[in-house]
Amino acid sequence: MKHASPISLKVNGDDYELSIPAWRTLLEVLREDLNLTGTKRSCQEGQCGACTVLLDGRPVYSCLFLAVEAQGKEILTIEGLARSAGALDPIQKAFVEKGAVQCGFCTPGLVMATKSFLAENPNPSEEEVRRAMVGHLCRCTGYFQIIEAILAAARERAGKGAQA
Amino acid sequence: MSVEAQGDYAIIGTPVPKKDAWIKVTGEAKYADDLFLAGMLHGKLLRSPHPHAKISHIDASRAEKLPGVRAVVTGKDFPGIKYGSMPRTRDYLPLALDKVRYIGDEVAAVAALDEEIAEEALDLIRVDYEPLPAVFDAEEAMKPGAPQLHDRAANNISAETAFQFGDVAKGFAESDYLQEDFFETQPIKQGMLEPHACIGLWDASDRITLWASKQSPYVVWKQLSMGLGIETSRIRVIQTYVGGAFSGGKQEAMPMDFCAVLLSKKSGRPVKFVHTMDEVLTIGHLRHPMKIWLRTGVKKDGTLVAQHLKIIADGGAYSSIGQLSMYLPGAMLNLPYRVPHVRYEAYRAYTNNGFCGALRGHTIPQVCFARDSQLDMIAEKLALDPIDIRLRNALRPGEITPNGFRIGTFGFTECVEKALQASGWKEKRGKLPRYRGIGMGCASLVSGARVMGHSASTAQVNVHEDGTVALVTGSTDVGQGADTVLSMIAAEVLGVRMEDVRFALVDTDTTPADPGTFSSRVTFWTGNAVKLAAEDARRQLAEVAAQKFDTDVKEIVFRDRQVYVRDDRQRQLGFEELVRIAQHRQGKVIMGKGSYTSGEALIDFRTGYGNMSPAYTPSACVVEVEVDPQTGQVTVTGLWGAHDCGFPLNPMLVSGQVLGATVMGIGQALYENLIRIDGKVMNPSFRDYKMPLTEDMPKLANVGHVNVITNDPSGPFGAKEAGEGAAAGVIAALANALYDATGVRFRSLPFSPDKILFALKESDSKREERQAR
Repeated sequence: MKHASPISLKVNGDDYELSIPAWRTLLEVLREDLNLTGTKRSCQEGQCGACTVLLDGRPVYSCLFLAVEAQGKEILTIEGLARSAGALDPIQKAFVEKGAVQCGFCTPGLVMATKSFLAENPNPSEEEVRRAMVGHLCRCTGYFQIIEAILAAARERAGKGAQA
Repeated sequence: MSVEAQGDYAIIGTPVPKKDAWIKVTGEAKYADDLFLAGMLHGKLLRSPHPHAKISHIDASRAEKLPGVRAVVTGKDFPGIKYGSMPRTRDYLPLALDKVRYIGDEVAAVAALDEEIAEEALDLIRVDYEPLPAVFDAEEAMKPGAPQLHDRAANNISAETAFQFGDVAKGFAESDYLQEDFFETQPIKQGMLEPHACIGLWDASDRITLWASKQSPYVVWKQLSMGLGIETSRIRVIQTYVGGAFSGGKQEAMPMDFCAVLLSKKSGRPVKFVHTMDEVLTIGHLRHPMKIWLRTGVKKDGTLVAQHLKIIADGGAYSSIGQLSMYLPGAMLNLPYRVPHVRYEAYRAYTNNGFCGALRGHTIPQVCFARDSQLDMIAEKLALDPIDIRLRNALRPGEITPNGFRIGTFGFTECVEKALQASGWKEKRGKLPRYRGIGMGCASLVSGARVMGHSASTAQVNVHEDGTVALVTGSTDVGQGADTVLSMIAAEVLGVRMEDVRFALVDTDTTPADPGTFSSRVTFWTGNAVKLAAEDARRQLAEVAAQKFDTDVKEIVFRDRQVYVRDDRQRQLGFEELVRIAQHRQGKVIMGKGSYTSGEALIDFRTGYGNMSPAYTPSACVVEVEVDPQTGQVTVTGLWGAHDCGFPLNPMLVSGQVLGATVMGIGQALYENLIRIDGKVMNPSFRDYKMPLTEDMPKLANVGHVNVITNDPSGPFGAKEAGEGAAAGVIAALANALYDATGVRFRSLPFSPDKILFALKESDSKREERQAR
């Protein structure tokens, strides 16, 4: 039998008490135990970025991160970014408007990575965006509309003087 | 010059965001792996470790006894009926019966309480194999005495095509100059981020339901019926959101689909399968690696006279749609250049490698790479401008090609000119420093083709009493934006807004039959069907309005949710009100229906004559590169393309399609290669299978896409293909730019740093030798 350990996770502001085997990844627990399927399972070896979530504001590949290690941290997933279409984050809005979403499988990971990136670098150059997103694969867009969306989101945030 | 956009559209031609973008950007869109059914089990597939072997015995008893395992299936649990898309070459089985043909061939499957138990159970299945001699090279496979993969295919010929239009011998005799070259292309993968996934349910009434990530759900439905030996009426395929497809297997029923439903029958519970990326990259559906011989005869002024193309393709272990794969390169040699005499021979050989099929552009990019590389070589030999030779031979609207393609709209000359302008070609070509270069490559594609029995698309437009529209088609959005573009067409015709149109995902029980998403057919074929269906609904509503306003049906205008008489806007009412009048007072529930097919006969892919598609698109691509002579690394510093998409129904989506396809082509040209040694994939992970990344892309300021507008009369609102053609021209553009940068001609894909370094060293040492003499 599998040995389960009790753990506490704080995800999108909500507290969860779970009992899971210690080897399970944060990706698995988010998707399978908490039904937060916006975080995508793709390569499962830290290459594609589709599973990116934020831990205390910093991006991690949740497929390579054990759930037990995420205890005591604020976990933010795509579901925590906007609760309704009417309340989209400027990043999400820019992705929609700039055509940065095609099949959409890479999108939640890219949006989360952008959230962290723009918090650290609110006024990035195109070159900095390119550098920051190198850990994310997208097979549909060729990236141009994604880069445009991230730059547009930065301008939008700057315009509003947003700090979040 | 290009034709200006015509018509006065409210929605068509505007950069509307994708309809599904909102639910994708919030993570709400449900892909197949995001579905969890109550009581669901998890399946895993056992794969062959041998490239070629007989299965003498399978003992699954230990796996069955493992706690948590609920069912195991092997090939013998299926009826042993071979399935596939092309009637002559059906050779797939749900699971191998007596023989495995490549490393990764599916042999058995397990359903268990979780994925870990299922994986553990796979280790407990004992398969006794008798290894057979294997063959991994297409030419070796065709030699007498080579190991034979399939009984019906002598000398491992999986598909062959031979045709001649005109008289090539005469054409070569009349030519002033002959050029002959050999090119080689590599196997690459679709690289979609979403692995294949499905949930199968075999319920107590013997009805089968499959929820799956599919680009052609109806093909899956038919193939499930074929392979299970069960009538289609008992099978239902429900499409989920699709995380990229590119014909990487999501167009067919895969072993996981068969096993999910049969394991569900055995266990009485729904069963889910999700491939790992290792599996995705190991199993079939590769782009065909090819050996390409191309001989071309030209006049002194560069006029093409004759071309003889010969191809040997490694098809891998199974057929897929190999007959079509082999027809396309020869057929598409007739575009976008005028070649009076064309001869073509192609062989697709079975080998003990993963099997090959379609991938964005199918087998067209390979031949475009060869042809457009060779055009530059010919131009140099004859001291001609590489642009002039293209323009001199450019097909024009209204021509009929030797193989019977009827060219309608065809803005190829405009594509070349626009790509030149956008790239600043004249200021750059011949003026860039060493190790920097610029090159052009061109291509053509179809706007859908009849490749199987059923090729028509049908749409249903159901108008609801609140003035909204439910659009039902059998077509699938795999990310390209079909949901959006088809909704735009319906909204434009009915004069409602985008948010008024709902787009349904495919459910084979309720949506109309449709061949699916491939060969850039959806906007054109389903788009035409949607337009007809919306016009049918509009006609029904116009009749009600005409009666009310006491005027002719033709005078009724639908726009901005209003319905009015053309010359008297005083006589108007809201769209919603009109629907209510029709439905409530007159008992007319408004349902529009439309079907479209090109009306072309099915082409015999082995002999090749006939008009494949209702419309053809040309494109031209210019690439600027910089080569690092120390590392052999190539940087794409600029990228400009022009594409005749007829009319861009949604310019933002067209641009996304064209640029996305172009970058996929860059991936094939510079980075990607599925490396196999004795049939074993050596790089089945995104760590080692290198696809383009953000940092590989040129600056936004150095990227351009120009729409050449030709308003095709047979396309919906003038539209043609936009999603695949651009992937074809870019490879030759890169080869030509590399030649411009280094003076070295690369004829083998990919143009990887090792090849470039080696070639640079060789050319340097030759130069030194010449200088020493």
